Amino acid sequence: MTQTLKGLSRRALLQRATAASATFVVGTGFLAAPDAAWAIETTALKPETMATLVQMARDIYPHDQIGDEHYVTAVKGYDTTEAAEGIEAGIAKLNAAAQAAGHDSYLGMGWERDRVDVLRGMEDDPFFQQIRGGLVTGLYNNKAVWPIFGYEGESFSKGGYIDRGFNDINWI
Amino acid sequence: MSAPFDLNDDSVVVVIGTGAGGGVVASELAKKGVSVVALEAGGRHLPEDFVNDEWDSFGQLAWLDARTTSGDWRVAKDFSGLPAWIVKSVGGTTQHWAGASLRFQDHEWKALSTYGAVEGATLLDWPIDAAEMAPWYAKAEDKLQVTRTNGRPGLPGNNNYSVFEAGAKAMGYSDVHTGRMAIASDEGSDRITCQQTGFCFQGCKWGAKWSAGYHEIPEGEATGNLEVRPQAHVARILHNDAGKVTGVEYFDADGNLQMQKARLVCLAGNSFESPRLLLNSASSMFPNGLANSADHVGRHYMRHMTGSVYAVFDQPVKFWRGTTMAGIITDESRHDPSRGFVGGYEMETLALGLPFMAAFLDPGAWGREFTSALDQYENMAGMWLVGEDMPQATNRVTLNTDVQDQWGLPVPNVHFDDHPNDIAMRNHAYAQGQAIYDAVGATRTFPTPPYPSTHNLGTNRMSENPEDGVVNKWGQTHDIANLFISDGSQFTTGAAENPTLTIVALAIRQADHIAGEMAAGNL
Ligand SMILES: Cc1cc2nc3c(=O)[nH]c(=O)nc-3n(C[C@H](O)[C@H](O)[C@H](O)COP(=O)(O)OP(=O)(O)OC[C@H]3O[C@@H](n4cnc5c(N)ncnc54)[C@H](O)[C@@H]3O)c2cc1C
Ligand code: SF4
Repeated sequence: MTQTLKGLSRRALLQRATAASATFVVGTGFLAAPDAAWAIETTALKPETMATLVQMARDIYPHDQIGDEHYVTAVKGYDTTEAAEGIEAGIAKLNAAAQAAGHDSYLGMGWERDRVDVLRGMEDDPFFQQIRGGLVTGLYNNKAVWPIFGYEGESFSKGGYIDRGFNDINWI
Repeated sequence: MSAPFDLNDDSVVVVIGTGAGGGVVASELAKKGVSVVALEAGGRHLPEDFVNDEWDSFGQLAWLDARTTSGDWRVAKDFSGLPAWIVKSVGGTTQHWAGASLRFQDHEWKALSTYGAVEGATLLDWPIDAAEMAPWYAKAEDKLQVTRTNGRPGLPGNNNYSVFEAGAKAMGYSDVHTGRMAIASDEGSDRITCQQTGFCFQGCKWGAKWSAGYHEIPEGEATGNLEVRPQAHVARILHNDAGKVTGVEYFDADGNLQMQKARLVCLAGNSFESPRLLLNSASSMFPNGLANSADHVGRHYMRHMTGSVYAVFDQPVKFWRGTTMAGIITDESRHDPSRGFVGGYEMETLALGLPFMAAFLDPGAWGREFTSALDQYENMAGMWLVGEDMPQATNRVTLNTDVQDQWGLPVPNVHFDDHPNDIAMRNHAYAQGQAIYDAVGATRTFPTPPYPSTHNLGTNRMSENPEDGVVNKWGQTHDIANLFISDGSQFTTGAAENPTLTIVALAIRQADHIAGEMAAGNL
């Protein structure tokens, strides 16, 4: 979240928006959550592209208990001049596939099922594989999501689990 | 104090690689008064340097130089540039290893005689047997302080083990325990005992787990007879007109090419780099590479039949807590062809952290079938399956001259196709593993495909007859008397057990032989 957007109220965000859906508020050079819980500025990518990318990330590795901000973190590295061209082209392809399936755009598809059908059709595409492969570390190697899965990370600093439940199972 | 030796000192033994094989042979020779220069491509990483974070540790320790793959194994598709998970560091892969330390079963030294010829497999008997190896195994177990050997207690079981043991008992298995582990369990040990931190695969920060890097090498250095040169990547083994090895060329830490003279060379770069170095050392006298007159260098590559089974329960397991692999069922390790395959397999507890679980549970998978499994991460239990795979002449390491590493050297290509026996065994192991968890209430189980190989064997195999392999029963190459192979590449066959105890026992025995022959003036 950047300085300029930080702390803006939902109302202030919506005032700057050029488009808003149930999932995202998109404005010139930024993307935000409808409840203003998070917001990011985009520099190289169109905000709509970033929004589609975030949705695509969630559709590839959907975890309902993980907030959008973690998917944003996982893909925001693509917002660079070097990566932008490939990403814009990939997302354009995704939208074209959505349109071929009779929808306005990828983001315009209300059901995950329909979006996943589009993704399945692109599974062998290098763009899809780039995004999926990047998410394996971008999403799951983010220490902020570990507690959501119950994973505790390193334990050396706490003296290991020898006195902290390495054998505390009680139901087996 | 470590001894510095001159580059022109041709009285030294040069050891290439300081892992399970090289680290032990170097230190054992030094303890016997032999002057040793150990050249190690990796840097020195001690317990205080280890990082208990899966990807960070992988970046710190894993061998990441370019390699290529081919063949029908799934690793070639999912991890095409990473055929193996092995380490580049003083201490080699014993920095990462879990510590499971098992002797071969007696019959496994004689695979061809016991199983008979298997179509498509190049089975052979080892030129040594269980009786010959028993005293060397005992020395290796003491060196590694292996639990449940020589009076040492077993480790306590963790949560993952409790599920595993209950499942094994429900299935009627009889031989289940917390394993024979190279991890200090005894309060009387000079090492800190296991603190159950659960990062055995990332380097044990307590030093409870044995590693050649921080146990073996310092002992050798303390004799004053061993000099370890880290960040020294050996490029070529040199020889004279008499066909004797005379020294090695290596790139030092600054990238400069150096030449170290040698009286004798022990090669221990693990099963890709050792054959690669022999092949890259081809000369007009040895156009097919060193020690390759019978065309076995690089062939018969084995990686063990492996796979994993993970299971989800309706209650928490927290399987990442505690020792990564302290649990074993050995009932299926017997040779019993009525199961539809020769040889046997072990089942061992295994846990991965969330980042590695995401990468390895079902590589390439996505969507809710995959994520709903990870959602249950806290309720997961897991085991690893490891069994004897069939040696095949076409499973091999060759030079890929189209791709070069950072030194301009051709990289190894690793070709592997599963043998039908490997597939039959894996399917049996998956079914048994899933049944174990189902027997104690698993709600979902996952037959997980093999990871990049951690056990790499056979590419310079030991044989009675020079036509059948690369080295004799001492690890001495059939072709060149002062060139020895000291790592897992000398395995004739793989057996069902994790290989490192056997690599260490062979290295202790080899050092004893070399020192004796040198003293007798034969080498
Ligand atoms: C995650 C993991 C868990 C494991 N758990 C177990 C277990 O529980 N039990 C078990 O028995 N085994 C286990 N293993 C396997 C075990 O670590 C290996 O079998 C063993 O370390 C192999 O010994 P080695 O001497 O053949 O090679 P390594 O130990 O790999 O040593 C080879 C060394 O040679 C160096 N080298 C290579 N080429 C050159 C060159 N050209 N110049 C200079 N140096 C070079 C490398 O950098 C490396 O340090 C595990 C492995 C992994 C990765
Ligand atoms: S679980 Fe034990 S052996 Fe493994 S890293 Fe922790 S202290 Fe070391």
